Amino acid sequence: MSGLTIAQRTRLAHRPRLRKLKPLERREALWGLLFISPWLVGFVLFTFLPTVATLIFSFTNLNLSSSAPFAFVGLKNYQDLLADPQVWASLRVTFTFAALWLPVTMIVPFMVAVMLNSPSLRGASLFRVLIFLPYVVPFVAGVLIWQNTLLPDTGWLNEGLRAIGIQNPPDWLNDPTWIYPGLVLVGLWGIGGAVIINLAGLRNVPTELYDAAKIDGGGWWAAMRHVTLPLMSPVIFYSLTLGVVEVMQYFLVPFVLKNGTGEPGGTTYFLNLYIYKNFFTFQRMSYGATLAWLLFVVTLLLTLALFASARRWVYYAGERE
Amino acid sequence: MTGATASVKPGESGAVRRSRPLGPRLRNMSRSFLLTLLATCAVAAFLSPLLQSASLALKSRDQITQLGAPLWPADPQTYDYNGRTLDVYVVTINGEDEQLALVTPGRTSSVFVDPANPDAGTITWQGSWRALPRAWVFSPHLENFGQVWDLLEFPRLLFNTVVIAVVGMIGVLLSCTLVAYGFARFRFPGRNVMFLLLLSTIFLPTIVTTIPTYAVWRALGVIGNTNPAIAWAPLLVPAFFANAYDVFLMRQYFMTLPRELDEAAAMDGAGPFRTLISVIIPQSWPVIIAVGIFHFVYSWNNFFEPLIYLTTQPELQPLAVGLQRFNGIHSREPSLLQAGTLMTLVVPVVVYILFQRVFTRGIVITGVER
Repeated sequence: MSGLTIAQRTRLAHRPRLRKLKPLERREALWGLLFISPWLVGFVLFTFLPTVATLIFSFTNLNLSSSAPFAFVGLKNYQDLLADPQVWASLRVTFTFAALWLPVTMIVPFMVAVMLNSPSLRGASLFRVLIFLPYVVPFVAGVLIWQNTLLPDTGWLNEGLRAIGIQNPPDWLNDPTWIYPGLVLVGLWGIGGAVIINLAGLRNVPTELYDAAKIDGGGWWAAMRHVTLPLMSPVIFYSLTLGVVEVMQYFLVPFVLKNGTGEPGGTTYFLNLYIYKNFFTFQRMSYGATLAWLLFVVTLLLTLALFASARRWVYYAGERE
Repeated sequence: MTGATASVKPGESGAVRRSRPLGPRLRNMSRSFLLTLLATCAVAAFLSPLLQSASLALKSRDQITQLGAPLWPADPQTYDYNGRTLDVYVVTINGEDEQLALVTPGRTSSVFVDPANPDAGTITWQGSWRALPRAWVFSPHLENFGQVWDLLEFPRLLFNTVVIAVVGMIGVLLSCTLVAYGFARFRFPGRNVMFLLLLSTIFLPTIVTTIPTYAVWRALGVIGNTNPAIAWAPLLVPAFFANAYDVFLMRQYFMTLPRELDEAAAMDGAGPFRTLISVIIPQSWPVIIAVGIFHFVYSWNNFFEPLIYLTTQPELQPLAVGLQRFNGIHSREPSLLQAGTLMTLVVPVVVYILFQRVFTRGIVITGVER
């Protein structure tokens, strides 16, 4: 790679040719818009209009299970939302789960990538292929496989725990205390993508920097702290941001496992499950739409906060766009 | 990088020098061995659920309900003796385990025969035969797969899955190529803003757009339509309107292609569309294949959209949804369920093994270059 970013090179390649000729510039702009038009149309039809419609629904009484005439009800749904204990319970469930899920799904792929990147490891590419493999297993299939592995008596996880001397291993999927660790285990099967991204990030760290750290007398941890982590911060930032967006929407795994009941003890009654049930079970469209916007706003605020914090801790080698 | 490698000090004794290359190498070898061993154990544990699933898929229903059955697929051993089929037990005689067939059960003593040596006559053993463990013999029940093939209506679901995946793949390739080309090669007002907008759609929770979209498809009479081409429209039509991940992947690739060839084509009078077809696409097969495979696997594994749009039409569902339905109906037949699970995952796994380099490269581009 030369010193210029791709964006800079395109700009340089373009500028002198276009500045002189106005009509040519317009022709180019029209062609460009024509080529991106599939996305523009799709964005309006499948993203923008539905999002606005959901917002409008939230100010109505649209409810397929009631015969009340359609009407705008102002902020009533939002008042209901604030007074609804299930909203707060579901938010708490979502955040509690995220507090376990995010650190584990950030740290484990990083550590696996560090291991795969080690020159001491033999057969690293075979390990990489095997670790990525469950990533392509269909979601429902993965859940059903893990349901079997996490069975309290015959599941191999508990058989293994008993073999190493743990007398009463937990009933992972039916015990409110153990359900989140159980769900995180199921989720860890999909770390393949994150491992690959972390691995690519690690390989981009210039080896001179490690040599320099070694000359300075630093050990493994110093190199990790002062070389690896700062240079990996863009990758960590990317994984964290997408991880937040993903975990805020989390509900499908327990939805398949528990048939959307929120069991055990309401611990899997995630916010997105509550929205789904309002839409497809209770048919309270307007209230579901209000909850969907709540989810949207919470996600947006979290991602904005992350982007705002990025200035402080994300290190970009070279110029930022 | 001078001085980075350890230099040998002058005047060191020969003994030290001779041991020098060996010591570190041994330490490296043992470290390498330990790390590789650790990784092997970790990966084995990581993939063991797959193995348990495979083992269960090959077990008979009897084995699952029986206590003391082995982890691997097996049947209780039997032995044909004088025209009778006898059960074989593990009997401890003189401190040694022997596999003997039970001829005459009794409360306090039973008569056995050794299947390995039936001519030696019967053996009388003191004790309660009911407490004896059965002897098991390895026997994979491959017929479970055949049973699921029929119960799940596998061929039909497979057909649905393949059609949805392939048509969607064509849509994604057509639309994303055009859109990525537009973003990569043309300057137009608002381009950067629009590109950011495209990427920001990743942050929008899916459920926010679900209901109005669902309502419109329903109003159009698409949901529940008996014509598959119409009923599948909510899954297929959006594919033809591009998506953030694949456009990003393709745009990044197009931007690395040299512009000289584009310009040469323009000199020869090729329009932008001609340039795309005869200059850009021939150079872009790696990314086109990557996006195609990504969408194929994504579609194969997609669950939520097919679930909500095809709930009432089992005959049009793809495998992922069919498998979940199967789980609801046959949850008491774990062998069949795991057999169905394995049949559902085999295609994406094989596609991945064939194209694993393509997967890796595509994920690296979307993950690291953003």
